[in-house]
Amino acid sequence: MTDSRLPEGQAGLVTTPRSQWADIWDQFKRHRGAMWGGAVFLCIILMTVAGPWIYWNDPKFVPTGRDFLELRDTRPIYVALWESSAKVSWAYPLGTDNLGRDTLGRLLAGGRVSLSVGLAAMLLSVFVGTLIGVLAGYFRALDGVLMRFTDLFLALPLLPLLLVAVLLFRDRLSSLFGPEGGTFLLIVVLVGATSWMQTARIVRGDVLALKEREFVLAARSIGTSPPKMITRHLLPNVMSPIMVSATLGIATAIITESALSFLGFGFPPDFPTWGKLLFDAVDRMELYPERVLWPGLMISLIVLSVNYIGDGIRDALDPRIRGR
Amino acid sequence: MLTYTIRRLLLSVPTLLFISLVIFLLLKLAPGDPMAQVPLTVPPDVKERMREALGVGQPWYVAFPKWLYQFFAVEPLHFVDAAFGTSLAEGQQRVISWQTRSPVMDIVIQRLPQTLWVVGIAYVVAILIALPIGIYSAYRQYSWFDNAGTFVAMVGFSVPPFFSGVLVIVIFSVWLGWFPSIYDTTHKVGDWESFVFQLRQMIMPVMVLALQITSQLARFMRASMLDNLNQDYVRTARAKGLGEKTVVLVHVLRNSLIPVVTVIALGVPAIFGGAIITEQIFKVNGIGHLLITAIQANDLPMVQTLTFIFAVLIVLFNLVADLLYGILDPRIRYD
Repeated sequence: MTDSRLPEGQAGLVTTPRSQWADIWDQFKRHRGAMWGGAVFLCIILMTVAGPWIYWNDPKFVPTGRDFLELRDTRPIYVALWESSAKVSWAYPLGTDNLGRDTLGRLLAGGRVSLSVGLAAMLLSVFVGTLIGVLAGYFRALDGVLMRFTDLFLALPLLPLLLVAVLLFRDRLSSLFGPEGGTFLLIVVLVGATSWMQTARIVRGDVLALKEREFVLAARSIGTSPPKMITRHLLPNVMSPIMVSATLGIATAIITESALSFLGFGFPPDFPTWGKLLFDAVDRMELYPERVLWPGLMISLIVLSVNYIGDGIRDALDPRIRGR
Repeated sequence: MLTYTIRRLLLSVPTLLFISLVIFLLLKLAPGDPMAQVPLTVPPDVKERMREALGVGQPWYVAFPKWLYQFFAVEPLHFVDAAFGTSLAEGQQRVISWQTRSPVMDIVIQRLPQTLWVVGIAYVVAILIALPIGIYSAYRQYSWFDNAGTFVAMVGFSVPPFFSGVLVIVIFSVWLGWFPSIYDTTHKVGDWESFVFQLRQMIMPVMVLALQITSQLARFMRASMLDNLNQDYVRTARAKGLGEKTVVLVHVLRNSLIPVVTVIALGVPAIFGGAIITEQIFKVNGIGHLLITAIQANDLPMVQTLTFIFAVLIVLFNLVADLLYGILDPRIRYD
């Protein structure tokens, strides 16, 4: 560590040194798409996290008897604008489904599941990808084996295998962890285990390049052990590609989960996720297009915002573009 | 180049073998029983013999080579038989679907044209739209066209096919009533009217599939053009007085197309995977639809064959992309 205090008299001439992350943040702020994406992303997260506490309807409530007939198939409140005879109610702003369950409530609850699946699967995939990438890049003996393994995964037809795997393990895990927990665990593990390859390749490439740099040589010459070398010197320097693939990984995970749910291979029927809501609404979309539009819009918005954030981070971390 | 091609082809054999083994072992874990549909009046010992005949209960080191032999020896021979009227594969056991009790490959060949038509046209349409957009966006970087194009590409890239598909159905077939929402695969094109009908029913699936590829390709084309537009050779070309059209459309475009062509080749397997979802939305009974129904019905031979076909596509087009790269870019030599 160098002494940051300056001699008397020079303090006025030198401004405080800026950290690298402040520079990156400054560049990120200039990317308008990324800022909008970040705002939308935070809004959606806030909505799904805080929504169920503020919002008055219980998403799991299924009315029975006379209530059922009264409440089922309510249209969203805005339909009243052009169709005065539509069945709307201020108590159900986005209407109800054919069982009388509240759409907005289910949308919020589904968002919680979709987002947590996305985040958890992203964490898993980034962890596996970084681990394999660093090991392959740092230890020459492991390189060949691990990269062939990565290539093999890249050559697997993932969507068909995901569908098969869900079918194979769903019942077994459901009996262990309950139908919801089991499916959650299964989907997170499957999505994480099938999306780490790009991260691993990028991290390996970067580690290979970093290994030739002088600071690594210097660190090795003072006897730094490999684990210390990786955690202290290499990982901080490959953070930027990892962060980019982490943001994009959220989008991939949410899309994959929704696609599985959409094909009918996702969560159990009474457990809403955005993909599941979309899938359930497809059969009656001629009559109730809103039930398709809202979940689809939420998926698209979250993926769009995440992609923009990823773009912004990539630009911000690229020193060639910085300051343009 | 030739030795490289041969080496890569030989190398892809163990890869494919290993992938098929992985798929095989995964499916081996499946709980399904092909005799579940057989009536209860059939005595248990007959059922047991039927199971044996279908090769259920065999250990994997017996069943896997058997499957390999059926898939790589018997099926091609059958194909030759059908084409030339020979009888090479007479009496040999083919891969049988548990669902329909007919050979798997026959069903796949029945279903393949539907997928190929929709996927192929979508891919061509996407390339034709994406390349000009990418080129013009890069040439006029940060113009309104570029900004709009980048935004639309980002949206197209982010909207998943299962939403865009449903959205176009709601808009074009429910509200406007222009196109049918279900793809009729039994439709035969005979005269002008049926041709128009075929076009109308193809527009929506093609549109949905093309949207995603267009956005990816346009983004890629733009980035690749931008990389090349600032190169020294472009300045040289301009300095020696070449017209702007020649500079951009001949010099820059040809160099920028090199990575784009490989991306196009690499995207082929992905679009077959994407077609699984699109086929499900528009009820096109192609191979994606076949795969979903086979998985739901626990028809393991069918699932195995289809998954393996997808794997072959991936390995094959990876090879094609690598070779194209070597052919198009003289700086890259594999020998």
